[in-house]
Amino acid sequence: MKKNWPVLLLGAVLLIGLVLPLVTGAAPGGFYVEVLLGGLMSGVLYSLVAIGFALIFKASGVFNFAQGSMVLFAALAVARMAEAMPLWLAIVLGTVIMIALAWVIERLVLRPLVNQEGVALLMATLGVTYFLDGFGQTLWGSDIYKIDLGIAKEPVMVLDKVFKGGILVNKEDFVAAFVAALLVAGLVLFFQKTATGRALRAVADDHQAAQSIGIPLNRIWMIVWSVAGFVALVAGVIWGSQLGVQFSLSQVALKALPVVILGGFTSIAGAIFGGLIIGVGEKMAEVFLGPVLVKAFDLAGGGLENWFAYVLALLFLLVRPEGLFGERNIDRV
Amino acid sequence: MAGESNTRAGRIGDVILAVEGVSLAFGGVKALNAISFDVREHEVRAIIGPNGAGKSSMLNVINGVYHPQEGTIRYLGREYHDMDPHQVAVSGIARTFQNLALFKGMSVLDNIMSGRNLKMHSNILLQALRIGPALREEIEHREVVEGIIDFLEIQAYRKSQVGQLPYGLQKRVDLARALAMEPRILLLDEPMAGMNLEEKQDMCRFILDANDHFGTTIVLIEHDMSVVMDISDRVVVLDYGRKIGDGTPDEVRANQAVIDAYLGVTH
Repeated sequence: MKKNWPVLLLGAVLLIGLVLPLVTGAAPGGFYVEVLLGGLMSGVLYSLVAIGFALIFKASGVFNFAQGSMVLFAALAVARMAEAMPLWLAIVLGTVIMIALAWVIERLVLRPLVNQEGVALLMATLGVTYFLDGFGQTLWGSDIYKIDLGIAKEPVMVLDKVFKGGILVNKEDFVAAFVAALLVAGLVLFFQKTATGRALRAVADDHQAAQSIGIPLNRIWMIVWSVAGFVALVAGVIWGSQLGVQFSLSQVALKALPVVILGGFTSIAGAIFGGLIIGVGEKMAEVFLGPVLVKAFDLAGGGLENWFAYVLALLFLLVRPEGLFGERNIDRV
Repeated sequence: MAGESNTRAGRIGDVILAVEGVSLAFGGVKALNAISFDVREHEVRAIIGPNGAGKSSMLNVINGVYHPQEGTIRYLGREYHDMDPHQVAVSGIARTFQNLALFKGMSVLDNIMSGRNLKMHSNILLQALRIGPALREEIEHREVVEGIIDFLEIQAYRKSQVGQLPYGLQKRVDLARALAMEPRILLLDEPMAGMNLEEKQDMCRFILDANDHFGTTIVLIEHDMSVVMDISDRVVVLDYGRKIGDGTPDEVRANQAVIDAYLGVTH
């Protein structure tokens, strides 16, 4: 309890940052809500990818560096297949591909490396990252591809009676965020309420004990990697539709990394809140803090959105290394 | 007392587990040296010995955590080779852990339910939707688990998070989870370690009741000799990785090598 003040301080700074634009009148109410919504909507996607990340870490102790590349790989697969077939079929086939991929990774990478040092496993997933980035391009090409979800992208004005000037939202973003949120809720329920979810939590808690009561570790790994693959696919399709399917998607998806640092590596709740905090935080920083910094220090431009998440994660590592919801490890000396 | 042990003796069946000439070495250290003994169905079989005698190694060999360099283990007449703990669990051998390996973040109920994992077969998609067979299965298993919870008198802690419970109760949950597997053989790794006298007596009662009530064959490790002598049918004594005694509690108590080992006579 004594050492909590840096966390409180950081929280207070974030909170002040959150309300300051509104209080100082730097942003009109409508615009503020618009930015907030935008942040939440991208945050849900971060949460989704971060859950995939946290799941794998919980169940196998593997720090899956390849999560971002899985997003790109899945998006590429869906985008290119959708050129020859209806989108829904491409998504179904894409899911099958991601599950097959999970199976291959489990067989060829994880199983042979079981009980190795964490570093060896990290390096292995690093290898998987480069393989997926390259292999995806080999199979499907390296141009920018489109995914068309068939939902209107034009911004629509809503709530113009409440706020002066209304709020601009685009329907696709809104639907995407809704789907992502639904999936997040579904995953949480799955892990809390089903026998397989219970087995997963058991493995996460204690490998040895889980094995001794007959929970097959390999099957559980297979399931978490499949779920992570599916989650990557959903995120990949949504981001692909918003930004175009291109190499930089894997960078966007890697934002899950600061998210799990913030939320705690082993916590699903942490992944959800971490994603939302970073989504909102970086949007707010970009829109409101950026111009202030540019003016004060005579800088060239913003770009805060790109590094805000990482700096925040770094600060969290300093004051609360286990993350918001992570378990604190107390090692005996 | 004599009458009770007679009726108990009557229940004991054929050999179901036979350890034959098992040796296990870690580098240059011989943890087990040509150990042989057998376990009969429905009996309470103890493995005792001072610290470092090789008791835990023996249990881990049976459990499939370690694979012996020499010797074999026969279970139900079949030899088993290089089985991993999961396969051992599938074959009907459950265990508890000396240093408690419960799922601390989960509730008591979830911990014990996870012991039913092997008996659940419904499809993962049906589970996700909580429909049809999956839901029925969950309810059936819940009934079995509630029976075990009543049996071990932990009704009041069903929803408690295991990590928050006192040590003695955690040990009981560990036993409950193992019993939920409905094993043929239950391996108990120092079930009484770290307990006070009252908790020890409770645990003895639960072990004997489980043996009576479910007919579970029990193999237990202890270094507290007095406790073991009261509840075991037969006792194996290990010292420095060798077997120095094997027999009924009375025979073992009278064995000079055992007395020396426990009193610390120099070798």
